[in-house]
Amino acid sequence: MQQRRKFAALAGLVLAIAACTPAASTASGSAAGSAGTSPAAASAGAAGGGDRANTLIEVVTHGQASDPFWSIFKNGVDQGGKDMGVKVEYSAPDTFDMVKMGQLIDAAVAKKPQGLVVSIPDAAALGPHIKAAVDAGIPVISANSGSDVYQSLGVLTHVGQSEEIAGKKAGELMKAAGVTNALCVNQEVGNAGLDARCKGFTDGLGGTVKVVQVDLKDPTGAQQSIAAAVQGAQGVNGMLTLGPTGAAPALAALKGANLLPNLKLATFDLSKDVLNAIKSGDMLFAIDQQQYLQGYLPIVFLTYDNLYGLVPGGGQPVLTGPGIVDKTNVDKVLANTGTTR
Amino acid sequence: MTSATATAGTQRLRSVSPVRLFLSRPEFGAVVGALMVFLIFAVLSVLRGDVGKGFLSVQGLAGILEVSAQVGILGAAVSLLMIAGEFDLSVGSMVGAAGLLLGLLIVQYGVPPTIAIVAAFAFALAVGAFNGWLRIKTGLPSFIVTLGMLLILRGIGIGVTRAITSNTIVSGLSTYTANDPVAQLFTASVNIAGGSFKVVLLWWLGVVIAATWVLTRTRFGNWIFAVGGSDQAARYVGVPVSRVKVILFMTTAASAALLACIQVLSVGSADVLRGQNKEFEAIITAVVGGTLLTGGYGSALGSAFGAFILGTTQLGINFVGINSDWYQVVMGSILLIAVLANTYLLRRASGARS
Repeated sequence: MQQRRKFAALAGLVLAIAACTPAASTASGSAAGSAGTSPAAASAGAAGGGDRANTLIEVVTHGQASDPFWSIFKNGVDQGGKDMGVKVEYSAPDTFDMVKMGQLIDAAVAKKPQGLVVSIPDAAALGPHIKAAVDAGIPVISANSGSDVYQSLGVLTHVGQSEEIAGKKAGELMKAAGVTNALCVNQEVGNAGLDARCKGFTDGLGGTVKVVQVDLKDPTGAQQSIAAAVQGAQGVNGMLTLGPTGAAPALAALKGANLLPNLKLATFDLSKDVLNAIKSGDMLFAIDQQQYLQGYLPIVFLTYDNLYGLVPGGGQPVLTGPGIVDKTNVDKVLANTGTTR
Repeated sequence: MTSATATAGTQRLRSVSPVRLFLSRPEFGAVVGALMVFLIFAVLSVLRGDVGKGFLSVQGLAGILEVSAQVGILGAAVSLLMIAGEFDLSVGSMVGAAGLLLGLLIVQYGVPPTIAIVAAFAFALAVGAFNGWLRIKTGLPSFIVTLGMLLILRGIGIGVTRAITSNTIVSGLSTYTANDPVAQLFTASVNIAGGSFKVVLLWWLGVVIAATWVLTRTRFGNWIFAVGGSDQAARYVGVPVSRVKVILFMTTAASAALLACIQVLSVGSADVLRGQNKEFEAIITAVVGGTLLTGGYGSALGSAFGAFILGTTQLGINFVGINSDWYQVVMGSILLIAVLANTYLLRRASGARS
């Protein structure tokens, strides 16, 4: 991992030296050389006049640049800036550090932007900073995390996925596939978001759901305990894992026990393995929170708020998920893995 | 300068011009560097049309100073330790661990904030003393000893917090500390011309002044230089080497506890990942400030300028809209340039030929 990051930095440096033009960023569509600084990129495709070119939208998240999930979020931010013809500047702490993130929000506010997008993983730590931005008259939209607190902070709207609604959707889809008795495999006990997924799943399925906890630090053990749970619970015909890291051992366990055709397996979130399993029919579907939209939409909303006073949601959150990936659209998703999915 | 060298032959002590004296101070490179970095970002801001906002605003300055102060508190203490020839890689984890202890005591066990703060410092001092003791007793390099402690403290933080709260964040401190006068010592702030200046600036100032005074005006300061130059030689002339080192390890741990108190009390939550990478930022601060990795030479005042460079760069990159993916590239480059410049200046100023 470390090695790869070093290499990426080196490659990026070469790229930057070789071609000091914003055009370089189109090659990969990746984070390197994004819209941020260059006025050329900011005005590209701009339909509006000077207003847009002078619009600066700040984005501060807790997602580290090296995290593949957030790199797709950032692609959405960059594309939003290009499509709207506004300037976007993205920052995130280099570790999961709420103190640093608070300082970055303060710095973003000091730039007097026309809009601010923040993720709120820790409301206690970030609340005062966001409140200060709102008090300074900056329109703020929260994205990805913060659905429970955005209203109390005076944030315009929240763009993200409701875990419970997404879980419910998974339950309904399973029910439609004939599942009556399912396991919900939780790979990260104590994460409230994952608990909400299981709860929604139970509601949506309307049948029997048993929660199984697995330890991912021990893949073999995880696989064994999933296999044991299936045999232990009578008449299980469905299984939902709450992330790709749980999906891989579940898939292996079910394949090993030759249970797959009869037992329907589905998961939250995407990975190459998950997509391939959907393509081959081993998995029924995957729930995608579509974080590209979590980066893209706030830029659109804030631009239109700034230009025309248009704000969607009416204080209610704007949901980017659940997006469903199944056999019908898996090829399209596979083709866009790493850029928008 | 030529006249100074011309008269040198007749006197036992060569007279040195004040300019050369300043040039030969360890913090000279950092002072110049701080000015340069500030100017670069100021020019970039003007080119963007950012005057009165962003980097060139009171609000922006307050932000830069806060970031500088937080790392500067660690940097001053780490400088002293590095001058004595030792490393402390556990300060970052200590920021996390002391903060969690503080948070858990207040939120989970209802301990009054004052006592919790004292407990956090006591814990840090004990771990610091243990680091020093282990270093002296085993003769292992402090790099290894404190690397072990880095992992242990981080692990204890995660393990204990998850066991007690089954969560990785301890939040809700503000309800207990909002009206606590002692907590105010760590959280107060004052509004000047639209910028919110935090009390951490005074702590930083205090720590840097105290460290500089100890280093340049006291016998203990001489001992630090002696130990860092050669601890064998220092021992021969009667310097209590072990005591000096143990005290310095306790100082770095205490500086981490101080930062933990400031962060946790003003943010209102503690987190198992707080303080990650701070150990490296503190070392960068010290080295950019003119302290030699090999010990025996350096300055606590220089670390303050090193911290300012770090804070200016960290926020400056965001202010002028450089893609933050590149932050570490810029930081690493500044570190290398600063160290090269320091080495060059040191050689020039001390009159050595190369």
